[in-house]
Amino acid sequence: MYDSIVVPLVKIAILLNAVLVSVTFMTLFERKVIAWAQSRLGPMRVGPYGILQALADPIKLILKEDITPARADRFMFTLAPILSLVPALVVFAVVPFGGDELFYIADINVGLLFVISVTSIGVYGIILAGWASNSKYPLLASLRASAQLISYEIAVTMTLVSVILTAGTLSMVGIVEAQQEAGLWFGFVQPVAFVIVLIGGLAETNRAPFDLPEAEQELTGGFHTEYSGMRFALFFLAEYANMIVISAVVVVLFWGGWLRPFPSVDALAFLDFVPDWTWFFGKMFVFLFLFTWIRATLPRYRYDQLMRIGWKVLIPIAIANIVLTGIVKVWL
Amino acid sequence: MAETIAFYTLSVLILGLAVLVVTAKNTVHSVLFLVMNFLCVAVLYIVLEAEFLAVIQVLVYAGGIVVLYLFVVMLVNLKRAPEAHQDPRRLSFIGLALAGAVLFELAGIVVYSFNRDGATAPVLAAATPVEGDVQELGWLLYTDYLIPFEVASVLLLVAMVGAIVLARRET
Repeated sequence: MYDSIVVPLVKIAILLNAVLVSVTFMTLFERKVIAWAQSRLGPMRVGPYGILQALADPIKLILKEDITPARADRFMFTLAPILSLVPALVVFAVVPFGGDELFYIADINVGLLFVISVTSIGVYGIILAGWASNSKYPLLASLRASAQLISYEIAVTMTLVSVILTAGTLSMVGIVEAQQEAGLWFGFVQPVAFVIVLIGGLAETNRAPFDLPEAEQELTGGFHTEYSGMRFALFFLAEYANMIVISAVVVVLFWGGWLRPFPSVDALAFLDFVPDWTWFFGKMFVFLFLFTWIRATLPRYRYDQLMRIGWKVLIPIAIANIVLTGIVKVWL
Repeated sequence: MAETIAFYTLSVLILGLAVLVVTAKNTVHSVLFLVMNFLCVAVLYIVLEAEFLAVIQVLVYAGGIVVLYLFVVMLVNLKRAPEAHQDPRRLSFIGLALAGAVLFELAGIVVYSFNRDGATAPVLAAATPVEGDVQELGWLLYTDYLIPFEVASVLLLVAMVGAIVLARRET
């Protein structure tokens, strides 16, 4: 009773709070990094070095008036932001932050597939937001977004097949343990898959340079144009939570999860005094920084370029990678 | 006991949602009821300890196929009733034939499963030399069910080639 109900519930409560708090600080971090990249200071007014800006923004959003457009489908309009946030949070159920059972909620034998299928539900939030707003720019944006998400989902899922072949298991904990046995992060074994998943992850989270669903110049704002106040904030939370999800999944699959760098090199064994979850969060932070860095650096792709990269470049490479992995696995 | 309660609750939900799919006035709402229906079926699979099937159900049906349905429904204006449905005789004839066919098939499945030897499936699963839901499924697909599996893959290939041919008919 205690182990099967109370412990998971406490873990879930802690995890949800941790994710949401890190999302709010992620927005501040992003603004600061972009500001530094552009020789600006970024937010400086609220608190020392603007650190309390992360708290001021949510307070402002909660206090704003919550507007529902007159001709919107009210139920769907309310449902859409919830549908986009919840899947992003559910994925954390199978992410192992550390090797000990304390650091993950569940280790299920179809863990990676669970991640893929739950994230694929998130697209409904975006489609419905555009449709329920009953307004033309959000509808166009949501059609764009869903086409983009479906295209890149295929590329990413196919790439993950080659990782599954390498690891020989679908469990997230099992994949990290497989890397421990191999003595090598899968990022070195599957460099092509690593790059494709990273690019696909950028596209699936609607991040620059693939932020076409939110192209302000063309769509006045994107699928959430008609949203205001806390409902808009939910879309924002969903985007950043998805970034954290992608970082966590990439760390588990390619950067050895909670393992220290070069797990097979004994000369680095002195690093073992560091708790394993520190490695995980450190690696995740590297990817979150990378996402921000890319946003500050790269211009947005055109829509046809985006589709061409997804269908004509990433998917063929992903298929070739599966075949290659199979050949290596069977004959070598 | 808990399983029985879960099964009947889920059954009621699934059937109720299926009725809502057919009766909903708004087509987008109807498609969403279909998604919820698929999700409930996935939960039913989990209750039956078929986790792999449940996840694939969510991935393929809820996450893939219905998104495409929603795409079509949103792009095509369905506010006006389609003309074909205004011929009541034609509608009732096809509907009756389809309903009869489905009913016949369901009755066949019920008769088959009551007559089947209950021990077959577990014995089959116990005979595989690997452990785990996914591994067992893979083993059975590539040994006992190899030919149906390959036939299905050829069918998918044909469908794919057909879709490509239809999509680029201009050139």
